Amino acid sequence: MDYDPVCQIDRDPDDLVTINIGPTHPAMHGTLRVIAKTDGETIVSAEPEIGYLHRGVEKLGENFTYHQFIPLTDRMNYCSAIASNVAYEMAVEKLMGIKVPPKAQLVRTIMMELARIADHQVLVGILGVDLGALTPFFYLIIQREEIYDIFEWYNGARLTNTFGRIGGVNADLPDKFHEKWPTLRDTIRKANEETDALLTKNRIWLDRSVGVNAFSAEDALNWGFTGPCLRACGVKRDLRRDEPYMFYDQFDFKIPVGKHGDVFDRYMIRMEEMEESVKIIDQAYAMYQEMPEDAPLMAKVPKIIKPPEGECYHAIETPNGELGFWIRSDGSDKPYRIKIRPPCYMVYQAFGELVKGDMISDTIACLSSLNIIAGELDR
Amino acid sequence: MSLKERVQRCLGDDVIAITEYRGDLGIEVPKGNIVSVLTRLKEDETLGFDFLTDLFGVDNLDYYAKKKKKPKKKAAGEEELVEEEEDKGPPPPRFEVVYLLQALKTNERLQVKIRVPEDDMEVDTITTIWKAADWPEREAFDMFGFKFRGHHNLRRLLMWDEFEDHPLRKDYPLEGKGEERHLSYD
Amino acid sequence: MEDWIIDLIKVVFIWVWCLLIAVVMTWVERRASAMMQDRLGPNRAGPFGLLQPLADGIKLFTKEEIIPEKAKSILYVLGPALFALPAFSAYAVVPFGDKIVLGGKEIILQVADVNIGFLYVLAIGSMGVYGMVVGGWASNNKYSILGGLRATAQLISYEVPLGLALLAVVLLYGTFSLREMVFQQSGTFLGFLPNWGFFKQPLGFILFLVAAYAEASRVPFDLPEAESELVNGYHTEYGGMKLGLYLFGEYVNLGTLSAIIVTIYFGGWQLPYVDMSAFLGPVAYGIASFLVFFLKQAFFLFLFVWVRWTVPRFRYDQLMGLGWKSLIPLCLVNFFITALLVQLTV
Repeated sequence: MDYDPVCQIDRDPDDLVTINIGPTHPAMHGTLRVIAKTDGETIVSAEPEIGYLHRGVEKLGENFTYHQFIPLTDRMNYCSAIASNVAYEMAVEKLMGIKVPPKAQLVRTIMMELARIADHQVLVGILGVDLGALTPFFYLIIQREEIYDIFEWYNGARLTNTFGRIGGVNADLPDKFHEKWPTLRDTIRKANEETDALLTKNRIWLDRSVGVNAFSAEDALNWGFTGPCLRACGVKRDLRRDEPYMFYDQFDFKIPVGKHGDVFDRYMIRMEEMEESVKIIDQAYAMYQEMPEDAPLMAKVPKIIKPPEGECYHAIETPNGELGFWIRSDGSDKPYRIKIRPPCYMVYQAFGELVKGDMISDTIACLSSLNIIAGELDR
Repeated sequence: MSLKERVQRCLGDDVIAITEYRGDLGIEVPKGNIVSVLTRLKEDETLGFDFLTDLFGVDNLDYYAKKKKKPKKKAAGEEELVEEEEDKGPPPPRFEVVYLLQALKTNERLQVKIRVPEDDMEVDTITTIWKAADWPEREAFDMFGFKFRGHHNLRRLLMWDEFEDHPLRKDYPLEGKGEERHLSYD
Repeated sequence: MEDWIIDLIKVVFIWVWCLLIAVVMTWVERRASAMMQDRLGPNRAGPFGLLQPLADGIKLFTKEEIIPEKAKSILYVLGPALFALPAFSAYAVVPFGDKIVLGGKEIILQVADVNIGFLYVLAIGSMGVYGMVVGGWASNNKYSILGGLRATAQLISYEVPLGLALLAVVLLYGTFSLREMVFQQSGTFLGFLPNWGFFKQPLGFILFLVAAYAEASRVPFDLPEAESELVNGYHTEYGGMKLGLYLFGEYVNLGTLSAIIVTIYFGGWQLPYVDMSAFLGPVAYGIASFLVFFLKQAFFLFLFVWVRWTVPRFRYDQLMGLGWKSLIPLCLVNFFITALLVQLTV
């Protein structure tokens, strides 16, 4: 049968539209970029392109002294800078064989868990915004500001904290913390309840998140996932439990685990981890109060830090997952090589596989739920 | 059995050197055997290193040179003599690739290192074992210039595609060489 | 007074009224959302930030008019106009009050009491999609085109439930004239309820409301402009007053849709149980009827804002599924039940 030539559309089966999402796009937190090939609204392939926030932190680290490097770690995961600071400090302490006094460890624990709550609050809020629900964002961000108040009382910085020193912390918990924490604990819980009521029980939210970007545990391990993204896939792995550092082996807390590794699981795990973090802070604070007032906050550390020759790797569980530092010292006052193992770097490389076959809207939801922080990703 | 013994039993002759520092066990293996070594470490029942934490390169350009310098300060007048004295044997290969492995069941960690000489930068890819090695290998290529044989998409990751140098090498100046990125919009 | 002068005054009045609603709505939206989100909202320009819309208007008017180099310039300029005009025009047949007696002349508070007002509303309402599609196409931007395509599919899909829900009302009232429909809603229903379309057509009302939200492309149906996915959808490339017209048109649309909901389902200008004309003078009655209509309209305008800041956004396929698989079958069921009941009771 002869076709009317007018009706014959010359269409190549690979005739796809390339959409360049980012690096400046409302949903690309920071400077992420995804080159997506779409067939209508469906993603055929998505390739993340990174490096727009690359500042050469590792190269700078080779030219800074050990203490000078701490402020650079703030700028990695700026949503929870304290966790990055502590991760680095602990790696150097391991390299030098320093034992940090228990009171300093408790101060670190409390501040790190506060940072974890703040980080998760941002994530849940932004996930809501990216799916069109703006209101929970404000409920959570108000609480985050309260947490940042505590950080500000501690050393004057809200976002990039430069918390602690190698060998301990430079200051005790601020006085106002003792009044603030009991009320803050309640308001954090209340904000979470309100968010829960607006999102978790919302049918549209469930439609948008349940089953979206489901990822199997096997794939997640193969791709090097850590942290909440891995736990959402059903793998119970948390360095706080598996390789206990500080006092985490003495605290009583649950490790929430998901089942399907979809957006909803990632969201729920963050919601539950906030609650667990509140519990951890309560326990750490109780231990802290038993400490004598004049307990030391710093270990004996030489003024100029010159670790002996050698190399070691140390990782802790930051809000995003395993953040590790591999440091090689050549005996001088500067690290010979610092390698940072950012958690979202490993997660983001699987992005193309995660969103394949989904719709454009799901891409945005997926990206938000993975919590990709450009500062940490590109270093 | 300690981890060290189990690793030695599993790998046998492939272990060139073992280092242990602050509880971190590191082994050096021959460059050509890296894929088989990692596969054995992953599949061995007593070890089960089934998780690739990270992969990265190290440039040891001045690491050994610095060691030589140490006595130099003490005897400033005899610089040349000292250097000749210190020059024992051929220098070790300039680059290293370090693989950080993790065993999820036993929570053990292991560092596997290979030495890569400057004139032979080809390394076998391990993306066939762990997909997680995809970007770290690209980054190691970007920063040091390792050529990962068999990598499906070995392009620059953090630096732009037209960039020519490898910035994490020790001989690359901190302030750069004045490269500028010119974007062309077509 | 000549008839045409009266008509002209009414046209101008409605025009200004629509603009006023849109302007005030921009303020209400911000203040109400701020209230819901524990923040202050605009509070610098004038008392309670009431002059904020004015400041925005001045900003939009004085901004540089940019037409992207590769945009199709005629269509690019035409888009916002095509979007805003139908929104204003639909108001022409809405009865915004009963009648007022001025200088011994009886004036009905409606620009044109056409006997096919109902069809006119549907026809003009579906014109709005051209503004989105033309704007999206002419911008020569992939996000804009995607937004325009989404708008096409969404608005055409939701025309159907919108029309079907209204068709059941037509069966009920037996007329196409909106004014006639309001008159039929006086008195009581079942002895104690106001005789409003809402009580006779509860399912129809909910279906119409959902379809209306989709027609207005507000959250949860704001897919054409979904700012986190498509930057700003069909008006990504627009700026200055052209963007202002799009934003304005959206609020005028809300006003129109609220007015239609009030007219068809909530008794228009009538108060329940009370006949205002019995005890008010002719001038006062005219004003009072208009105020009652406006209060009802204001409630639905606020409902739009309320919903917008409460729920997330649908995904494209879910939106289509809701429209075709849920709303349309329900509309048909509603239609047949209404037909049956009307047949049995007449």
